[in-house]
Amino acid sequence: MKPLLSARNLTKRFGNRIACHGVSFDLWPGEVLGVVGESGSGKTTLLNCLAGRMTPDEGNVAYETASAGTVDVHRLSEARRRLLARTEWGFVHQDAREGLRMGVSAGANIGERLMAIGARHYGNIRQSASDWLERVEIDLDRLDDRPTTYSGGMRQRLQIARNLVSEPRLVFMDEPTGGLDVSVQARLLDLLRGLVDRFHLSAVLVTHDLGVARLLTHRLMVMQGGEVVEEGLTDQVLDDPQHAYTQMLVASILPV
Amino acid sequence: MPDGAYNYAYLDEQTKRMIRRAILKAVAVPGYQVPFGGREMPLPYGWGTGGIQVTAAIIGRDDTLKVIDQGADDTTNAVSIRRFFARVADVETTTRTEEATIIQTRHRVPETPLEEGQILVFQVPIPEPLRMLEPRETETRTLHALSEYGVMQVSLYESIARHGRIAKTYNYPVLVNGRYMMSPSPIPKFDNPKLDRNPALQLYGAGREKRIYAVPPYTPVKSLDFDDHPFEIETWEQCCALCGSKESFLDEMIVDDAGQRLFVCSDTDYCQERRQEEDK
Repeated sequence: MKPLLSARNLTKRFGNRIACHGVSFDLWPGEVLGVVGESGSGKTTLLNCLAGRMTPDEGNVAYETASAGTVDVHRLSEARRRLLARTEWGFVHQDAREGLRMGVSAGANIGERLMAIGARHYGNIRQSASDWLERVEIDLDRLDDRPTTYSGGMRQRLQIARNLVSEPRLVFMDEPTGGLDVSVQARLLDLLRGLVDRFHLSAVLVTHDLGVARLLTHRLMVMQGGEVVEEGLTDQVLDDPQHAYTQMLVASILPV
Repeated sequence: MPDGAYNYAYLDEQTKRMIRRAILKAVAVPGYQVPFGGREMPLPYGWGTGGIQVTAAIIGRDDTLKVIDQGADDTTNAVSIRRFFARVADVETTTRTEEATIIQTRHRVPETPLEEGQILVFQVPIPEPLRMLEPRETETRTLHALSEYGVMQVSLYESIARHGRIAKTYNYPVLVNGRYMMSPSPIPKFDNPKLDRNPALQLYGAGREKRIYAVPPYTPVKSLDFDDHPFEIETWEQCCALCGSKESFLDEMIVDDAGQRLFVCSDTDYCQERRQEEDK
């Protein structure tokens, strides 16, 4: 078996500041990899480099495509990379407004990827949109409402539906539960776990919330100051942290 | 004789060459928006500065010019542009579609079918069809370059979801030669089928945005739609109150204070021709 995504020695600098440094890992099919760390530790920069939204200064990212073999994400033509991004990949933003088209209805939001890859039958597009709305537990009578009328949790679920409609193999998630209240978070996590299971998704999940990481991810990378300080199976890392920073991170979870 | 205070057709020769180069490129890449160095013209933006520059660059003494605004030859804009060229380019002007070699138009394509050798010059306010969907120019250019036009389909989806049908009635997006998405300028969608494989050359000039694009003769122009919501043009239950035409684009006019309404052809030349035929 080949890894789905493998990063080698990724480094990204902003001027003199190093945002992430020498990050390497393999993501295997069906695996959910968590990236945790405090704000400013380079998690999001790493995610953007992986998803081809940012070009790293050093290192490369190899992706195993469904049909065209292994490709270097940053050497692809822009056209190929964008095609990849809207067919085989998904990207869930922390702020749903960045990932959604706020001016058009939920149905149009979900249908956009389908139309982008050539769907031209209104009825079918609408049917897929309804199916996905149901899967992310949004009432069907909200299909023609704009996301502006949605609550934060619903927007996030809509964003997930919009990404998953093209049945991607790999989803990048940047703090998908950030900014949501706890009960909504729990529901969203439940949903995500179900979807990952059902569609055999692989995912890279960036979060600062160790609870989210514990629930969703198989493997965990802990970042500090742009470097990976510890990695391993999620339970192992959280139950028996080795690095001082990880220990501090685990210890700082508020007991309820 | 043309007005001696200006160069022939108002623009200086270098400017006309620059515009002609842009036109040649536009014809070579149908539907692609070619930037050009738009000049200040003696009329305000939005009144046809783009169209008038294109016309000035292609007009010669042998040409016969027709100018229409919303289909009519006798509206202010049409009359003043026609007079402008009669004065600075010393050309014959006409209101008859068949006689014209160049037809500058705002918001309509003449009802009378055009022929090879005729040139239709459109005045375009917003050349970018994706502008209302994607405000960033860098992004729209990328979308054109990669022909990523899903977002336009999204806008049509939205229209059906909201109104039960594609409610867009003018400036209806088209795909030119299977490649570039193009804004046909604010013509009613009634006129879209006339753009398809038209024997005349179509030139589009946007003065404010400084873009020229073109549809060469006999180029396929497809109006976007869905398989289960095909493209349709407007229809009327009435016929023209003056000439009785059932085929032309009708304007609705309120004729008295009691709300009495009248439907008449928007193309004045077409309407008049038909009435003269009847009188014979």
